[in-house]
Amino acid sequence: MAGYILRRLLQAIPVLLGTTFLIYFMVFAMPGDPIVALFGEKTPPPQVLEAVRERYNLDKPFIVQYLLFLGGIFQGDLGISFSGEPVSDILARTFPVTLRLALLSTLFLMVGGILIGLISGLRKGGIFDASALVVSLILISLPIFVIGFVAQFVFAIQLGWFRTTVGPGAPWGDLVLPAIVLAAGSFAQIVRLTRSSVIETDGQDFVRTAASKGLSRRRIVPVHILRNSLIPVVTYLAVDFGVLMVGATVTEGIFNVPGVGNTLYQAIIRGEGPTVVSFVTVMVLIYLVVNLLVDLLYAVLDPRIRYAK
Amino acid sequence: MPSNTRPSQAHYVAPIEETPLVAIDSVKAEGKPSNLWTDAWRDLRKRPMFWISAVMIVILVIVALFPTLFTSVDPRYCQLSLSNQGPGGDSLLGYNRQGCDIFARIIHGTSTSLAVGLIVSFLVALLGVIFGAFSGFYGGWLDAVLSRIGDIFFSIPYILAAVVVMSVFSQYANVWTISLAIGAFAWPATARVLRAEILRVKNADFVMAATALGVSRFRILLRHVLPNSIAPVLVITTISLASAIVAEATLSFLGVGLPSTTMSWGNDISQAQVDLRTNPQTLILPSIALSVTVLSFIMLGEVIRDALDPKARAQR
Amino acid sequence: MKIKRIGVAAIALAAAGALALSGCSTSSEPAAPEGDSTAIITTNGSEPQNPLIPTNTNETGGGKILDSIFAGLIYYDAEGKPVNDMAESIETEDSQTYTITIKEGQEFTNGEPVTAESFVKAWNYGAALDNAQLSSYFFESIEGFSYDENVDEMSGLEVIDERTFEVTLKQPESDFPLRLGYSAYYPLPEAAWEDLEAFGENPIGNGPYKLAEEGAWKHNERIDLVKNEDYQGGRQAANGGLEIIFYATQDAAYADLQGGNLDIIDAIPDSALATYEDEFGDRSVNQAAAIFQSFVIPDRLPHFGGEEGKLRRAAISHAINREEITDVIFSGTRTPAKDFTSPVIDGYSEDIPGAEVLEYDPERAVELWEEANALSPWEGSFQIGYNADGGHQAWVDAVANQIKNELGIDATGAPYPTFAEFRTSITDRAIQTAFRTGWQADYPSLSNFLAPLYQTGAGSNDGDYSNPEFDQLMADGLGATDVEEGIEKFQQAQEILFEDLPAIPLWYSTVNGAWGEQVENVEFGWNSVPLYYQVTKSEE
Repeated sequence: MAGYILRRLLQAIPVLLGTTFLIYFMVFAMPGDPIVALFGEKTPPPQVLEAVRERYNLDKPFIVQYLLFLGGIFQGDLGISFSGEPVSDILARTFPVTLRLALLSTLFLMVGGILIGLISGLRKGGIFDASALVVSLILISLPIFVIGFVAQFVFAIQLGWFRTTVGPGAPWGDLVLPAIVLAAGSFAQIVRLTRSSVIETDGQDFVRTAASKGLSRRRIVPVHILRNSLIPVVTYLAVDFGVLMVGATVTEGIFNVPGVGNTLYQAIIRGEGPTVVSFVTVMVLIYLVVNLLVDLLYAVLDPRIRYAK
Repeated sequence: MPSNTRPSQAHYVAPIEETPLVAIDSVKAEGKPSNLWTDAWRDLRKRPMFWISAVMIVILVIVALFPTLFTSVDPRYCQLSLSNQGPGGDSLLGYNRQGCDIFARIIHGTSTSLAVGLIVSFLVALLGVIFGAFSGFYGGWLDAVLSRIGDIFFSIPYILAAVVVMSVFSQYANVWTISLAIGAFAWPATARVLRAEILRVKNADFVMAATALGVSRFRILLRHVLPNSIAPVLVITTISLASAIVAEATLSFLGVGLPSTTMSWGNDISQAQVDLRTNPQTLILPSIALSVTVLSFIMLGEVIRDALDPKARAQR
Repeated sequence: MKIKRIGVAAIALAAAGALALSGCSTSSEPAAPEGDSTAIITTNGSEPQNPLIPTNTNETGGGKILDSIFAGLIYYDAEGKPVNDMAESIETEDSQTYTITIKEGQEFTNGEPVTAESFVKAWNYGAALDNAQLSSYFFESIEGFSYDENVDEMSGLEVIDERTFEVTLKQPESDFPLRLGYSAYYPLPEAAWEDLEAFGENPIGNGPYKLAEEGAWKHNERIDLVKNEDYQGGRQAANGGLEIIFYATQDAAYADLQGGNLDIIDAIPDSALATYEDEFGDRSVNQAAAIFQSFVIPDRLPHFGGEEGKLRRAAISHAINREEITDVIFSGTRTPAKDFTSPVIDGYSEDIPGAEVLEYDPERAVELWEEANALSPWEGSFQIGYNADGGHQAWVDAVANQIKNELGIDATGAPYPTFAEFRTSITDRAIQTAFRTGWQADYPSLSNFLAPLYQTGAGSNDGDYSNPEFDQLMADGLGATDVEEGIEKFQQAQEILFEDLPAIPLWYSTVNGAWGEQVENVEFGWNSVPLYYQVTKSEE
């Protein structure tokens, strides 16, 4: 197993090289000159433009820029943003917040989504199943902005259960409401996946076997049905974890969470190459680790699955 | 692959000869060789849910193809003086902030939204199945390469990808290019879920039986493994129909989508967001159209899944 | 509604030459300020996009902080009138050479005295090409300034003694003293020159506030400022400090005001424009601002050159119903334009001859359009370019719809995904459509709305407009030693603009803000930023 893990971790090297190059190229290929945008509606003289470009190394050819960036990485220098802040500092202050948000959100999905999906699957075609479908439909048809806005208005402003936005230091408590809103976007997928998986498992031989052995439903559901239904759900949760981290732009905006989503979005819009690439690099690493963990988890959930050789 | 010993399981499993035979386990030797797909179709035809969803989808397609059958109002003629007026007179559902007829816009937006949803879902399913099936079934280095490609695609921030891809194709911004831009970065989720299902299914008895009978690997994948692991793909695909319609709106909103004159539900939904406090109906009405569409496809996916699953079929 | 009416009255007053726009806030009641002089005022802001160095900050996020922690030679009061801050006097006889004397005993918060050298060194740094400062163009009229080579010390700046220096301009410019309240002209202490980058992170100023501590700027989160007890100018803080919380969206800031986490906000999200005045009543403001919105149809576009272009521009201008759009799309938070400047500027007039072209007149529009068609028949579609990341879609669509409906031509908006792409295609002259433009004045002067935008070869003349008559009138106006005479020339220059329409004026933005019950004396300055120093807060 150690060999397998080591091999998986080694795969990170080509993946990282490929991704950083690709992303750096994409930022470079984005139409528009980020330096022109720094001047707002005013049009600066070309000489000034040139001077500012030089300061950020943007006057050099793409490949030189990329190699300078890569060289910097090996010296632990990820470059600086337009605001003069080292990118490593930006990573250090945004990722912990976003990680907390994504973890909370995943937790809500795991508890809420899987539970509702399980009941829906066990009572297929019933009232509960139908209601769960309607809620899922509403959540996938409304933009996250609307869900966030309504949640904030009702639970924070009207009822006062939560702070309207995330306060200094982004404590866990303030992140609960944003995490629920964020989870709403993936709720439908988790519920439907769990449900479908449960229905399928419910009809399998070993469940019937267990039932014929006289095992109570109480024991069959968690031990036999749920455990064997979790593989697609856990996989999806793992993939979704990254989406929850990077794609939280709107939710972060509504609740003023100083996290990855917004910072990355701003960096993309402003064309800040080093910032974008550094963020994506960290994301790739997180993906690789999460996916590795999930692959290891498969063997726990279903002993028939063994690590690929 | 060791097939003589059954993988250990936490609980007792009765030997095969002690297990009582149910209908599906028995084989009628004199019957026609059954085919999974013809079986499924025979089953589908008997389900009312199938017909309901099919009729709904057919109606949607007709609306998409012939919008003028349903409304004679020009959805592009917008007058600010009618802004946010409620239903009445010539207007079935009232007007949005720009003073455009909401009903006419929903009708005329159907083709774009439906097309984007369908093309993206198809792409996601296709790429997801190809990548997921091969990496899950064959494993080894193929799995490593395919999975890592998926990781890279999934790590690229969506907006960045869309801005770059769409600006490269800015001359050809149409339903196909935007669907391609959305679909190209959405498939890895499907691939990973399918891969996980296949990892599980490929160790099942019937696969081992087929292997023992000398059926070729690819044929096993196609005939036995894939149909038994397709359920989650159906679930994700039907939901990605909705996600794609919303994504099209986001991209158009960001200025990298379809030309602003193209009508789509997503476009109307995202533009109505600022009216949330004052005129929520401008947002809710196109959302309902979206919900109904997604509902019909979810229902269809559901019956297809049931039809493909012989056990669920037997249970009825 | 009440507030809106006061806003209109204020504009009428401004037209009469007496600028008074403060009537719409509670502060107009001459109640003695009650409140805790140590209370901290919380307000919204945005993460500065550059280090906090005055000559390298050109956006509102950083500008709001710099204006609080620095004091320039002058500051602008609520009406935009200049008041001496660090300056004891600014004197000139020919509008070209200015002698500036600094008040005695002014200090930076690290104890250094504010001297003539503090200004001259900072200005020279900001102007030098090698330093690539974003606001370097503010120094372009000083003698010795160059865009072509690096100049370490401009010949036009001369230190006379500890507290006096002399500025010589390239040509007479009567509004030069008026500019000196802009952040680019702030002084810097000697301490800044040791490590300017580190200084930008923890700036040391001489204004009404100072950073609460080393590292008070918590990136992307907030910055904490406390009252500077040593500041002696006219902007003495009536409160204990400022806590500026950074927001990525205005929706979040608005929710925080509703939730009681903020005292004042100076921007209202689009989704609340229609409701915020009802919700906050007399604790809200909707008053004119020094921001002019328009769109430019460059001469070089087919069918928009020469006489034909003039006719088509006038037709398009007549086809737009500005009242209706400001009302419906902006819920009255924009004021239809009557000229090329802004109602908050001294010398503003609604009655400049030629301003009729801004009136909604569909018949006249069609007539003019047909006249142009007689010269050369129209073909193709009319598009207005805009950046999609700035919330412009609604009004661009509305304007395009009106043009389409009134003129019977195809008209649409043309979105660009990023501001960078949009501005680059304008700067490179690659854009092949009309495009939106907006101008926020850096200092309250008519010329600041005109010279940079429409003078031949001017930096922000994005439509490459050129009219020698206009240039001459601007030069005359700037050279005038008498303020009234200058204003007259600028108005005459605008008459020419109404003929040529180098930009189609749309509307002026207004200041939209609101505040909680706990604060008083809230008043918004000419540049849309609240005058934080006079706000008082009662702590229950």
